[in-house]
Amino acid sequence: MTFPGGRRALTAVVALVLVVVGGLAWALWPSGQPVRGQDTAISVVDGPADDQHVTLDATFFPPASGGKAPAVLLAHGFGGSKQSVRDLAVRLAGRGYAVLTWSARGFGRSTGEIALNSPDYEVKDVRQLVDWLAKRPEVRLDRAGDPRVGIAGGSYGGAIALMTAAYDNRIDAIAPEITWNDLADALFPDAGGNGPMNGVFKKMWAGIFFSSGGSDLAPDGGLDAQSLAGLSGPSGAARALTPQQVQCGRFLPAICEMYQTVASTGRATPEAISLLRRSSPSSVPGGIRIPTLLIQGQRDSLFTLGQADANARQIAATGAPVEMAWINGGHDGGDSEPDWVFDRTAGWFDRWLKDGPGTTANAPGAGTGADAFTVSRDGGRDPGTRQTVLVHAAAGGYPGLSGTGKTTVTLSGPEQQVANPPGGSPASISSVPGFGDLLRSGGGLGVSIDVPGQAAAFESAPLAAPAHVTGSPTVQVKVYGTGEATLFAKLYDSSGGPVAVLPSSLVAPFRVTATEAGTPVTVTLPAIDRTFDAGHRMRVVISTTDLGFSTPATPSVYRIGLASPELTVPADPALITPSTGPAWWTWALPLAAVLAAAVIILTRRARPARSAGDRPDLADVPLVITGLGKRYSNGEKAVDDLSFRVDKGQVLGLLGPNGAGKTTTMRMLMGLILPDEGEIRIFGHPVVPGAPVLSRLGSFVEGPGFLPHLSGRSNLELYWQATGRPAEDAHLEEALEIAGLGAALERAVRTYSQGMRQRLAIAQAMLGLPDLLVLDEPTNGLDPPQIAEMRKVLKAYAERGRTVIVSSHLLGEVEQTCSHVVVMHRGRLVSEGPVEGLLGSSTPNGSGHRLEDVFLDLIGESR
Amino acid sequence: MSAPASPAAGENTLGYAPGYSPGRTLPLRVEIVRQFRRRRTMAMFALLLALPWVLVVAFQFGPGSNGGNSLRLSDLATAGGLNFAAFALSVSASFLLVVAVALFCGDTVASEANWSSLRYLLAAPIPRDRLLRQKLIVALGYSAAAVTVLPLMALLAGTLAFGWNDIRVPGTGEIIAASDVLPKFALVIGYALVSQLVVAAMAFLLSVSTDSPLGAVGGAVGLVIVSSILQAVEALGSFREFLPTFWNTAWLDALSPQPDYSGMIKGVSISVTYSVILIAFAFRRFRRKDVVS
Repeated sequence: MTFPGGRRALTAVVALVLVVVGGLAWALWPSGQPVRGQDTAISVVDGPADDQHVTLDATFFPPASGGKAPAVLLAHGFGGSKQSVRDLAVRLAGRGYAVLTWSARGFGRSTGEIALNSPDYEVKDVRQLVDWLAKRPEVRLDRAGDPRVGIAGGSYGGAIALMTAAYDNRIDAIAPEITWNDLADALFPDAGGNGPMNGVFKKMWAGIFFSSGGSDLAPDGGLDAQSLAGLSGPSGAARALTPQQVQCGRFLPAICEMYQTVASTGRATPEAISLLRRSSPSSVPGGIRIPTLLIQGQRDSLFTLGQADANARQIAATGAPVEMAWINGGHDGGDSEPDWVFDRTAGWFDRWLKDGPGTTANAPGAGTGADAFTVSRDGGRDPGTRQTVLVHAAAGGYPGLSGTGKTTVTLSGPEQQVANPPGGSPASISSVPGFGDLLRSGGGLGVSIDVPGQAAAFESAPLAAPAHVTGSPTVQVKVYGTGEATLFAKLYDSSGGPVAVLPSSLVAPFRVTATEAGTPVTVTLPAIDRTFDAGHRMRVVISTTDLGFSTPATPSVYRIGLASPELTVPADPALITPSTGPAWWTWALPLAAVLAAAVIILTRRARPARSAGDRPDLADVPLVITGLGKRYSNGEKAVDDLSFRVDKGQVLGLLGPNGAGKTTTMRMLMGLILPDEGEIRIFGHPVVPGAPVLSRLGSFVEGPGFLPHLSGRSNLELYWQATGRPAEDAHLEEALEIAGLGAALERAVRTYSQGMRQRLAIAQAMLGLPDLLVLDEPTNGLDPPQIAEMRKVLKAYAERGRTVIVSSHLLGEVEQTCSHVVVMHRGRLVSEGPVEGLLGSSTPNGSGHRLEDVFLDLIGESR
Repeated sequence: MSAPASPAAGENTLGYAPGYSPGRTLPLRVEIVRQFRRRRTMAMFALLLALPWVLVVAFQFGPGSNGGNSLRLSDLATAGGLNFAAFALSVSASFLLVVAVALFCGDTVASEANWSSLRYLLAAPIPRDRLLRQKLIVALGYSAAAVTVLPLMALLAGTLAFGWNDIRVPGTGEIIAASDVLPKFALVIGYALVSQLVVAAMAFLLSVSTDSPLGAVGGAVGLVIVSSILQAVEALGSFREFLPTFWNTAWLDALSPQPDYSGMIKGVSISVTYSVILIAFAFRRFRRKDVVS
């Protein structure tokens, strides 16, 4: 390759590297001013009698935009502290909010004991935080003492948002995430609809919930709502603890006692329910009248979608705007979509705190956006990373768990006997609370294990069409037997494969008193969002055990049958997945590329139209070279102002020492390299790369060029076929005779000697008997008899009106073969004319008529 | 040697030899024959045809993984001919087929320059654009044959060794009827072809720019390697979507129970974009290049 080409390639590589480095820098460059938090301790007074002094460890983040801005209280999850939400706070402050984070009483460095978001304790604390905010100069006020403020938080922090909103009318908007409506119901669910007194104790979650509050005696212990699944070991274990502390951690003694009672029996007590309900938004119906964005996780066996549904119904009943988002993750793991949740939450506050009416009164008409209800769905896999991607299906309104449309699917199955194992073990496994994705395989599918003999299954026929389920399906079963039965209902998606999928790994526990006649019970199955594919079956399984729940230890056997074969399935057809059609660039890029390619090709046509057209007056002149010049890339001239003419029937010798520019001239003659100046005409036609007139030229320049893997004959045959000319014009046999290779012709060229290749190459040049034959050093590598023969061949060739140009540095050779000679030296023409004429010219030293002497004189060197 | 008993040169007033026409130079058939008899062509195809059988033997000898419930692509390879072919394609697409395509497209012009035969073809004369066009068509043809022949042979080998069974989808273990998958399989092979187009175009551009066939092949493979490395840098975010190799495995989406073609469409878009521009540069460069080899 040439040097300019190399430089261009280098330029391209450098440009590519610059683009990549620039892109990286742009992507990674830190942007904006860092937001600085101001740590502060805020003293509050709470308790039923307002006599308990608590110091809350808080951090205030002034708005990055400066001036007075709406405030956001950012609450942390259970077991976390203000540190857990620090990143979120920084992002919100960067978006123009004054943000206050704090460690709730009993967490982190704050003093006090955990009271489970009680109106007497935590709610009073947060109200005083609102007072504190109202005094800050950075916070925008609606009126004196009433800041423009919203509350966001997940899990435990979400509940305080709801509770505070119910008890303090200064709050303007809230965005609680993965939290509860009724804590009693969440811990003692009963899918039969008979309330927490009849509920089944969610023992594993409750244990984790209480122990993470209990063991968290060290400051800044590391659990928050998002990572509740990743239980950390006890920190600060070296400290000596009192028995009370070991047992109850930082819980308020009343709560600790309540937990110990219910956890020992596995049954709810009225006292426990009333205590849990006091900490629940369900205890303040009509209390929350402000815009509320509810974000709940689909993979959440602790606070199910049903909890968010109850919140939505309760708040919507007051007329306040409520929007709902079902994200992918939850307390059971999955993708908690932090970026999407942040954008959604911040957008909610932008709408209601920055632009909104700013009061708790509802603005008429405000409320339902186009995405009032969004559901995160599986959007396939990202082809680059092979990670699952989520898409957000959206609807204009939240329909509740019974959907906007219902279909029924017919189940079938006989009555089946199921046994409750003694001690409740081994237990079926749906999810393992606290261990998140433990049971999930790479595809994010919940794997569920039912113990044989403990589960009854009822299955539908293969679905004729895909069924979209959004909400809680219901099924009616009958339980035969005696005594109280604790059962768990699940809805599987069975594809006929080895593993049936339990959507979101959720189960619906229910407790029923079995009778011999059969007790009918309508079971509300867990709320899910899933598409059951055509050909799949819906399978309802009723099992006697589940690892996450408290089940009776006494062995017993029941029979389970269907009370009605109909499984009621809710759907929300209004949910529309945004089109994931190809991005604009999918079409634009190839089109742009085709245009660019056209420009790239067309802006460099084959040759500048410098040469005039054909010269018919020169049609009989085999070669005319005029003012030819070519520079090396370093600027040195290889050929300089060369002009000569060759007439028909001549055998012209091109003579010159090495580096005289003979080969460069011949290459230009063949259209291989482009002259910088001047022109070459063959039979009157200008020579450009690929000029058709080159078909009248036969050439052999700077050594042979053959495909080494092919035989000599194949090489010549394929070469002639490549010219596209008729086979009979090739005169192949005559050419092969000149080559004189005999049997070697059928061998691969790579086995040839230098001389054999040379002869084959000359034969190739003579294929088709071209009118002008150009041979570069043709006798190199030939033995004397072959040289003599070659001489005859060339002379005979020219005698028939054809023309031969031979370059050589062998003077004797030229003298004996050529009729005319052109002498070149350092790229310039030194002499031209008939050989005889050159020999006849006088020589200064009179040493005789030898071409060698003439030549040396001409190029200015003498012996 | 003897002088040719040739007719005397007649009066030729045409600008070219009788029977010469630029449009008839270097017919595809001739170029196919010129390339086909090369050892590296033969060796590459022998390798591609033998690989499925080597894999079959490897699976026969390996410890039996049939009993397991694993649903990875590699563990499902023995589930049937279609599964085996998908596995063979997935293991070879990222490198072996890249090398094959880079070889056929990177070698084509550079090796002629290396043998010095390029100058005689150009002086024949074969117009430069036409030479490139014919060589590109033949090189792409060989590349397509390479990409096609491997999965087809794998299908044959897998069917003979493991039977003609419905395909089991990795991950979920779902079964899709063989007759439903077969057209998709054609689509997969077609996509594999298109996604190798970038490699082909890059190799071709390098082939035009250098006299060293190995340089051209290595350069194109190097591009794939650099692109794959950049692809792993998550900090690049969505920039990675525009890397030429980013979508190379998108064909797996076509074999899932719910085929999603958006990744494949993006992949085709990116691949075509790069290829068209690289090939345009190849033509631009070759047009006025001084052939000194």
